Amino acid sequence: MAAPLEILTADPTAGADPGDMDAYMACGGYGAVRKALKSMSQAELIEEINASGIKGRGGAGFSTGMKWNLCADRFPRYLCANADESEPGSFKDRLLLESKPHQIIEGMIITSYALGINLGYIYIRGEFFQIIDQMEAALEDARRHGFLGANILDTGFDLELYVHPGAGAYICGEETGLIESLEGNRPYPRLKPPYFPAAIGLWGQPTIVNNVETMAQIATIVDMGAETYKAIGSEEDTTGPRLFGLCGHVKNPGIYEYDSGVTLRELIYDVAGGIRDGNRLKGVIPGGISAPILTPEEIDTPMGFGALGKLGSMGGTGGIIVMDETTSMVDALLNASSFAAHESCGQCTPCREGVPWMNDILRRIRNGQGRDEDLDLLLDICKQVHGHTVCVFGQAPGVWPVRTILVKYWPEFRACIERKELVVPPLEESYLRPDQYEHIPPVPGNFRLKTDEADAAG
Amino acid sequence: MSTPLEFTDAARERAAEILGRYPEEYRKSAVVPLLHLAQEEWGYVSPEAMACVASLIGCSPVKVAEIATFYPMFNKEPVGENVLAVCHTLPCALTGCAGVYDHLSKKLGIGLGETTEDGRFTLRKSECLAACDRGPVLLVNRRLHTHVSPEKVDEILENLDKG
Ligand SMILES: Cc1cc2nc3c(=O)[nH]c(=O)nc-3n(C[C@H](O)[C@H](O)[C@H](O)COP(=O)(O)O)c2cc1C
Ligand code: SF4
Ligand code: FES
Repeated sequence: MAAPLEILTADPTAGADPGDMDAYMACGGYGAVRKALKSMSQAELIEEINASGIKGRGGAGFSTGMKWNLCADRFPRYLCANADESEPGSFKDRLLLESKPHQIIEGMIITSYALGINLGYIYIRGEFFQIIDQMEAALEDARRHGFLGANILDTGFDLELYVHPGAGAYICGEETGLIESLEGNRPYPRLKPPYFPAAIGLWGQPTIVNNVETMAQIATIVDMGAETYKAIGSEEDTTGPRLFGLCGHVKNPGIYEYDSGVTLRELIYDVAGGIRDGNRLKGVIPGGISAPILTPEEIDTPMGFGALGKLGSMGGTGGIIVMDETTSMVDALLNASSFAAHESCGQCTPCREGVPWMNDILRRIRNGQGRDEDLDLLLDICKQVHGHTVCVFGQAPGVWPVRTILVKYWPEFRACIERKELVVPPLEESYLRPDQYEHIPPVPGNFRLKTDEADAAG
Repeated sequence: MSTPLEFTDAARERAAEILGRYPEEYRKSAVVPLLHLAQEEWGYVSPEAMACVASLIGCSPVKVAEIATFYPMFNKEPVGENVLAVCHTLPCALTGCAGVYDHLSKKLGIGLGETTEDGRFTLRKSECLAACDRGPVLLVNRRLHTHVSPEKVDEILENLDKG
C-alpha cells in the first residue's frame, strides 16, 4: 500500500486563517520566493523546474519545464494562473485556493521572476465568490509586505498580480479561451497553431498559462529542491505529490495526497473506505468527467498520467468519480452529455451541433424511446466530432465519455433500447470484459500529437 | 439607445480600481469584472447597466452585450432577492441532488429559472461547483452550502428569513 503524503495538504499554520500572511510567514512562508529571487538566477530557476520533472496539473499532464522553455523570446510576457476549475469531478484547486492562497501567489511570483514577467493574472471562476475575496486580500497583503510591486526584495524585479474573475463558462478553462476571456472577448478558443500561448498569448504576447496547483507546486519545488521533489513519483507518471479527489459512491469522499504510483484500487478501497452500503463497484472515471471510464477489472492501475494513458484513459485532473452497481450508466452518461451540451461554446459546428445531438439521442434512450440504430449513430457522431473542432472540448468532454461508456456498457444501453425503459441490469450483465470488445479505436484527433510544439497546446 | 445608469460613488471607485488592473490600451479586459460590479449594484445587467459599463470602457454597448449574453452568471432579467442554484452535475447526481431540487421546487412552488411571486427566491440548476466530495451542494447567493438534504434546505431558508 502506497504511503500518504502531506506536502500540499500539510497545514503548518495549524488552522490559522488561510489568508493570514503573518501566520504563513511565521512557518516559513515566502521562503521559496526569497530563495528564488535572492539566490537563483532566472536560468537556474528554469533549469530547476526542468530537472524536477513536474507535469502540469491542469489536466493535460504537459511538462511544465518544457512549456517554460517554449516561451517565445519576446517581451512583455504575461502569466495566467488557471483557477477556472470547472471539470465535473474535480475539486482539488478549490482546496488549494481555500487553504493555500499564499503558496499559489508564491508560485506565481517565482514563475514570473524566472520568465521575466511583470504582469500576471489569476483567473478564478466566478462562482468562487469567497475564494475571490480571499485571494484579493492575500494579494493586497503580499503587496504590503513588499512581495509585489516595484523592486521586490531589492532585486530590481517588478511584478503586479491581479485576480480576474470568470462568469460561469467552462470553456474559459481552456487556455486560449481563458486568454480571450481575459482580453474581454467572447471566450472562443483559438486555433492552434499558431496560437500556442507561449508563442502568441495574451494581447499577442508570449504567455504562460499554468494551473493553480502547478503554481503551488513550483513553490514546493524551490523549497525542497528539484532532487528531493523528483524522488516522489516517477518521470513517466509525473514526479511530485498529487492530489486525488474521490467523490461519488465511496464511503469517505475527499482529497487525498499520494504520489502517482498509488493504484486506483488502493484509492477507492483502502484510502476512501470502499463503496458505500457494501455495494460493488460498477465503473470509475479517473480524472474528471472527460477521462474515459474504467470497469471493475481495470482498476489495478497506477494513477500516473502515463499508466492511465496506456489503458486508454487519462490522468486528467485527478478527480475520481466512483459509481456503484445501483448506478444507471445510461443516466450517468446522459448527465455527462448534458454538461457538455450546455458548455459547448458554439464556435465550431461539429461540437455545437454534434454534442447536443448526442445528448438528444441519449435522452430518448433513457426515456424508453431509443431506436435500434441509435448506438451506432452515436458512435458515428463521435467520429464526426472528434478531431474536427477548434479546441479539445469537442472530444473531451464531448466525445470521450460517450464513446467509452457506450462501448464498455453496451449491454446496458442495448437493454434500455430493447425493453423500451430505463433498466439497470445486474452488475455482471451490464458491461463488457476487456476481452469482449475490440479495443476502442483510436480516432484521429489533435490531443496526442507527437511533436513537442503541438503538445504545448495542452 | 438606452441611457446609461450611473454607478454610486463607492462603485465608481471600485470600477476605477478594476480598470487599473489592465494596461490602459486594453481596458476592454475589464468588461467581465465590471459586469459583475453592475450586477452587484442593480441585481441584473439591463441594457442601461451595459451602457454604463460600455461608457467606462469606452466601447459600444453592443460589445458589452455580446459578452454579457455569453456568460451564464449574468442575469439579463431581474431575479429574486435570493438566487438558489442546485448543482446537478454527475457527482452531485450520484449523491442525491435530485431530491434537493425537487424539494425546493415543491416548497417554493416554482420551476427551473422561475422566481416566487413575492420576489424572494429564484430557482436554478448549476453545473459542477468543484465541491463534489461534499455533495449535494447548493449555492445560495454568494455562499456555498455542502452536504445539503431536504431538511437542511428548510433550515437554510429559515435562516435567510431571519437574516
Ligand atoms: C475544455 C477545457 C477546459 C479546461 N479547463 C481547465 C481548468 O479549469 N483549469 C485548468 O487548470 N486547466 C484547464 N484546462 C487545461 C488548460 O487548457 C491548460 O492546459 C492548463 O491550464 C495548463 O496548465 P498546466 O500546464 O499547469 O497543466 C482545460 C482544457 C480544456 C480543453
Ligand atoms: S470544440 Fe466546442 S468548445 Fe471548443 S471551440 Fe469548438 S464549439 Fe467551442
Ligand atoms: S458535481 Fe456538484 S459540485 Fe461537482
